[in-house]
Amino acid sequence: MTKTKEVLKKNTMLIALAVVMVLFQVLISIAGKGSLFAPANITNLILQNSYVVILAVGMLMCILTGGNIDLSVGSIVALVGAIAGVMIVSNKMNVYLTILVCLVLGTLIGAWQGFWIAYVRIPAFIVTLAGMMLWRGVALIVLNGLTISPFPQEYLRYFSSFLPGDASNKGLILSVTLIVGAVLCAVYLAVQLIGRAKKLRKGYDVESQGMLWGRIVLICAVVMALSYLLGSNKGIPVVLILLGVIILAYSYYTQNTVPGRYLYAMGGNEKAAKLSGINTNRTLFFAYTNMGFLSAVAALVCIARFNSAAPSAGTNYEMDAIGACYIGGASAYGGTGTVSGAVIGAIFMGVLNNGMSILGIDANWQKVVKGIVLLAAVVFDVVSKKHSSKS
Amino acid sequence: MANIILEMKHITKLFPGVRALDDVNLQVTEGEIHALVGENGAGKSTLMNVLSGIYPYGDYEGDIIYKGELCKFHTIKDSEAKGIVIIHQELALVPYLTIGENMFLGNERGNKGKIDWDETFNKADELLRMVGLHESSHTLIKDIGVGKQQLVEIAKALAKNVKLLILDEPTASLNETDSKKLLDLMLEFKAQGMTCIIISHKLSEVSYVADKITVIRDGATIETLVKGVDDLSEERIIRGMVGRELTDRFPKREPKIGEISMEVRDWTVYHPLYDGRKVCDGVNLNVRRGEVVGVSGLMGAGRTELAMSIFGGSYGRGISGTLIINGREVHLHSVQDAIDHKLAYVTEDRKGNGLILSSTIRENTTLSRMEKISHHKTLDKDLEIQVANEYKEKLRTKCSSVEQLVGNLSGGNQQKVLLAKWMFADPDILILDEPTRGIDVGAKYEIYCIINQLVAEGKSVIMISSELPEILGMCDRTYVMNEGRIVGELTREESSQESIMSCILQSAGKGA
Repeated sequence: MTKTKEVLKKNTMLIALAVVMVLFQVLISIAGKGSLFAPANITNLILQNSYVVILAVGMLMCILTGGNIDLSVGSIVALVGAIAGVMIVSNKMNVYLTILVCLVLGTLIGAWQGFWIAYVRIPAFIVTLAGMMLWRGVALIVLNGLTISPFPQEYLRYFSSFLPGDASNKGLILSVTLIVGAVLCAVYLAVQLIGRAKKLRKGYDVESQGMLWGRIVLICAVVMALSYLLGSNKGIPVVLILLGVIILAYSYYTQNTVPGRYLYAMGGNEKAAKLSGINTNRTLFFAYTNMGFLSAVAALVCIARFNSAAPSAGTNYEMDAIGACYIGGASAYGGTGTVSGAVIGAIFMGVLNNGMSILGIDANWQKVVKGIVLLAAVVFDVVSKKHSSKS
Repeated sequence: MANIILEMKHITKLFPGVRALDDVNLQVTEGEIHALVGENGAGKSTLMNVLSGIYPYGDYEGDIIYKGELCKFHTIKDSEAKGIVIIHQELALVPYLTIGENMFLGNERGNKGKIDWDETFNKADELLRMVGLHESSHTLIKDIGVGKQQLVEIAKALAKNVKLLILDEPTASLNETDSKKLLDLMLEFKAQGMTCIIISHKLSEVSYVADKITVIRDGATIETLVKGVDDLSEERIIRGMVGRELTDRFPKREPKIGEISMEVRDWTVYHPLYDGRKVCDGVNLNVRRGEVVGVSGLMGAGRTELAMSIFGGSYGRGISGTLIINGREVHLHSVQDAIDHKLAYVTEDRKGNGLILSSTIRENTTLSRMEKISHHKTLDKDLEIQVANEYKEKLRTKCSSVEQLVGNLSGGNQQKVLLAKWMFADPDILILDEPTRGIDVGAKYEIYCIINQLVAEGKSVIMISSELPEILGMCDRTYVMNEGRIVGELTREESSQESIMSCILQSAGKGA
């Protein structure tokens, strides 16, 4: 009984996400406006939220260090996008060079802010609020207040195309996506079983067979369903692959590496972390430098999606990213939260947006609902923690 | 016959696992200065917290009778309304507000939510004159010294129409002159008819001002000495404070003491904030392999600061002196350096400085030496679980699994996790700061066994403790520290509660 409860408690947000998806599906069907799970809509959902997911992953690192947030990411997205626009569109410069320059620029901006936050210990809120104004201003100056478009195909194919490229052959697309899905499932299965065998060989505790297979079947089913839906539309968005790589890399970083553990230690109790020999300044500096880097990645995705570089790009993106982390179970005081949680939080927000849009709910009311959901998620988190610490 | 202003009858207060007060009785006569004395942790402050309503009515057993009526205080406000004001050892002043604003904080002059600043500052100036503090009430608190801040606290109490003033260690952070001034002020108030309760470790001061002295030991009242009737000499008071039977609360150990493993010479540390204030002053000490060395002293003697400044300069500024580990002089610039030199500091404040409460036992155990469970910065989680379980077994930590959050453990088990964390770091020299603070007797015994095991393996242990019986029961040698200086070094044979106490008391105020 307690095992089931534990599993439920660990996956509260995942269950909430499933419930919300089903709820919207029912509402949308009743309203006769199609389906949330329509292949085109699923593709759309991924493209719409790709930048939030990338930013949420970076924001999680910052939040983990002690509830610090980064308000400047939206402005960095605008600035990096503006530079890319000027380089590629206005000056016809090399695409690869531009991508490299943009990533370095984002990292440098992150390092600049990280320096003040980590080594001079100016509160992150203030430094990034300043950055929010500063980088937005620079973006406006670079673009002279104008929007640059369109981007050449040479650039777009790296961020907004689909695999396989041949869009005319429906059968080919579906079979390729299904094969990719099956390969992924096989890899997952293999990783799980090998890990289990290794544990058994060393005589460590392992989870029960039922739990293991339950999880494998569930995840493979979701992957195959997604493959089918994508295959029925245009194929696998290149952005999805990028997202997959980022999510996997950062999950591994936070869960399985020493510097990743430092993030949690610092956020949980900075004094104790320091007295354990952890250089907390370096940890904090890394979190913000990395945020700058991921902002640049998000910027590259954004300009491809909108096929333009605009000075107003990225407005309020920081709020979406912060909201995603908190909905995904990150503590506002730092020290707890996972990459997968932040991703689920981002998808949750995306589904809310998407579902309400399909239902034709007024944009103003959408904001009201999102605000309430964010507060409810954090209240739930805080109250349940209080409850568990009492028992 | 003067009136009894306050009577506390059969007060019993329980904390989880600890009986902090056990049937305590206290009688205070109107217009007297009544001193409460006892060792650290004897229950003096707890008793005063019960009186002032910090522990609300119903949280304790027994009756408080004040001016002939039974009182049921639920908050500090309730007791203050009756004229009972407590001034804590840690001053409760807001540094960036003025003296005047601080004095009327929570007791603002004016009405209907509007503060009358003219009245506030006029009244403040008047009260400051009464306590003999010549400062403008517009001065910021941060700009005046601790001695003057103490006077502001008293003026603040006067603003509340105080009838019974409680001072908890008022002179702990004051120098000789300021202390004298404060004590004389108390005598002056007494002449005006105010009643005072003073908690103090400085027995010379107690004999100077007090009309009656109540001795508290292990949460129980032992005796009340009356001026003019009983002998109020320091020796007499100390006998009351420490006169307890030592039972077999400490595991036996055959000391096998080797060569010197760490030596500190002429160690001086300055306060990180206050210029020119020495927290440690020319400290010399050493520890040998297989030896448990105690550092005894009162709170605020500079013991923790000494330990932390040695531990990679984690505390203080302008640290000077020589640190020799295994015969070689070393300079530890960071905690990582200290850990690399096989030094460990187990903090007194396990929740604040020691553990990550929001993380699991597993994660806490490996935190200070993660290279042992990782290759190229990548964690081997299976190995991590294995070592966490090993330490859990070794220290007999009670938990559901090593995946349990440390914040959900009891104090004793948290302490074991903290010890496990530092044992995992493979130190040769461990500095244990108050290793048994706030944990029950059974867990204490287990911690003592662990300490014995550590020295049996040839490690050196420096144990900082405020509990004299623990020092006497565990240590092969004891340094006594007071006001940042080592004021005595006693062998096991020389150590007794009396000898340690008199080292402290004889040194008090001499070198300031």
